[in-house]
Amino acid sequence: MARIDLVDLAHSYGGNDAAPESFALKPISMIWRQGGAYALLGPSGCGKTTLLNLISGIVTPSRGKILFDGADITPLSTQKRNIAQVFQFPVIYDTMTVGQNLAFPLKNRGVPKANIDARVKEIADLLDLTPYLKRKATRLTADAKQKISLGRGLVRSDVAAVLFDEPLTVIDPELKWQLRSKLKALHRELDLTMIYVTHDQTEALTFADTVVVMHDGRVVQSSTPAELFDKPAHTFVGYFIGSPGMNIVPAEVSGREARIDGHVIGLHRNYGVLPSSARIEIGVRPEFVDVAAPASGLLSATIERIDDLGRIRFARVRVGDAKFNARVPPGFSIPDNTAGLVFDPGHVHVYADSILVEGIA
Amino acid sequence: MDKTVNQKAWFLVLPVFLVVAFSAILPLMTVVNYSMQDTFGNNQFFWNGVGWFKELLDPSTDLGGRFLASLGRNLFFSAVILAIEVPLGIVVALSMPREGWSVAACLVILALPLLIPWNVVGTIWQIFGRPDIGLLGYTLNSLGINYNYVSNDFDAWATVIVMDVWHWTSLVALLCYAGLKSIPDAYYQAAQIDGASRWAVFTAIQLPKMNRVLLIAVLLRFMDSFMIYTEPFVVTGGGPGNSTTFVSIELVKIALGQFDLGKAAALSLVYNLIILIVCWIFYTVMTNAGADRAAKQGAA
Repeated sequence: MARIDLVDLAHSYGGNDAAPESFALKPISMIWRQGGAYALLGPSGCGKTTLLNLISGIVTPSRGKILFDGADITPLSTQKRNIAQVFQFPVIYDTMTVGQNLAFPLKNRGVPKANIDARVKEIADLLDLTPYLKRKATRLTADAKQKISLGRGLVRSDVAAVLFDEPLTVIDPELKWQLRSKLKALHRELDLTMIYVTHDQTEALTFADTVVVMHDGRVVQSSTPAELFDKPAHTFVGYFIGSPGMNIVPAEVSGREARIDGHVIGLHRNYGVLPSSARIEIGVRPEFVDVAAPASGLLSATIERIDDLGRIRFARVRVGDAKFNARVPPGFSIPDNTAGLVFDPGHVHVYADSILVEGIA
Repeated sequence: MDKTVNQKAWFLVLPVFLVVAFSAILPLMTVVNYSMQDTFGNNQFFWNGVGWFKELLDPSTDLGGRFLASLGRNLFFSAVILAIEVPLGIVVALSMPREGWSVAACLVILALPLLIPWNVVGTIWQIFGRPDIGLLGYTLNSLGINYNYVSNDFDAWATVIVMDVWHWTSLVALLCYAGLKSIPDAYYQAAQIDGASRWAVFTAIQLPKMNRVLLIAVLLRFMDSFMIYTEPFVVTGGGPGNSTTFVSIELVKIALGQFDLGKAAALSLVYNLIILIVCWIFYTVMTNAGADRAAKQGAA
């Protein structure tokens, strides 16, 4: 268990002299507290696995330092770092039983047998592996195997952090849900710092109390799931998180007003005068734009199609060149292809060059 | 739906049938026919029933004694070369580089002995081991070691075994190397994180992942060494005395040396049967291991 500090950490597979833009991980500085559940979320190739491998020591960083509880561990090997890692695909020691697999990390570190047995039993209970303890691990299904891998990651109580590299990729969707809540429960139970890499927003948002969203080698936002949803710090976070993602539309903003296509939308905050050189956009989640009957005070839009997601319906609409997703209120029937859009001003955000602009309330 | 009956299909099978008949069935039946008879030359044959087979399995007769002794030597030879080549092959494979230009260099060097024809290998070692002009034989003798594979049983055996190890360890090493290459990196990373020692990595990851290729290596090396003929024949001619006379050498002596076609036919049938049984055992073990794997994947 440890606090993890990343100090100006950066990595390039092409070496330190590579062009700054080619770095797989651009310089970041962050502090992860002891006992937290963190998720690194981003699309493939965003640098999240690189960051994980830097922390576990599989990759040595080109620049910067990693501190565990203030001690610099950057030059240490994986073995000496005292971390545990669970990989994307189950890693099972074929010749061993489930119990021996779970005991392996402890046995290698010379933990007394009585302690090993107690800890293995505890972890097996938590993961529902107790009935299989005496069975050969090779004969089990992929998800049971992945549970063993998880168990091996969690079995050591003294680790600085447990790292998960998309551990649920091979698991069936139904079991995925179970294992995810299991992990969440384990986190509460074991008080370990956990870092979870995934490209699946549902996984990240349900598992972590802090989600670190990465894009193109940079951390674009690190905050709670609720904040990612309510107040994305970057347009990328806006459309990557949420389904469908945030509507990002070019607009002119001055004071408490935004203008789209000549139509004025009121804002809750005062943005003063934004620099004219910046690309100004407004972002609003589809959940906060409602479709209504066309009226003179509303931004009028053309409805292209309606997606029925079961609990909720979203309309795909067009305003000039801009495309929107908007909520269709329950019971609302669309008379023809034109509709008015009702914005919830409290949830309309302003972005300058993709970065959130904080207005004055 | 009515099926159209077209007997013309038989004509398409006919060529294969003919080839198999001439290449396998007819020769085999000829051998079966011979094994039941005795001949005194001049194409005169006399019915002998299962007489040869009884003699073969009876050590007190000349035929049985020779067969069982050569069979014992052959099994001993196979056991020795397996005991050397399999561990040695694993060690070679483990110490091979994993990437870079040196991989290709190692593979080429390892493959070289496998490309040399059997009788050339035999000739190389026959000359190499000669005490008068051979590099190995001459050096050993000038070091004061009385080495002579023509007159000393132990030296003859040592030469034949070292020759086989030289010729075939590469095969085991290449198979093991392929097995090692197929282990995903995550296994090594996980072992590192789990704090596994080098020995633990070998016993817990590498050896279990190599077991299928090892089984194939053992099968190939067993069958090859059990049927070995050319190399010992060229080097020692089965001698000194009969000390390196393996089953195949004995068979050729009986069939072509003494022209005892009946005895030779009976011997070759038994020989063939042993090989089939061993193959069947290996096949069963291997498909069981495969079925195990398939069942696991099916369940997954």
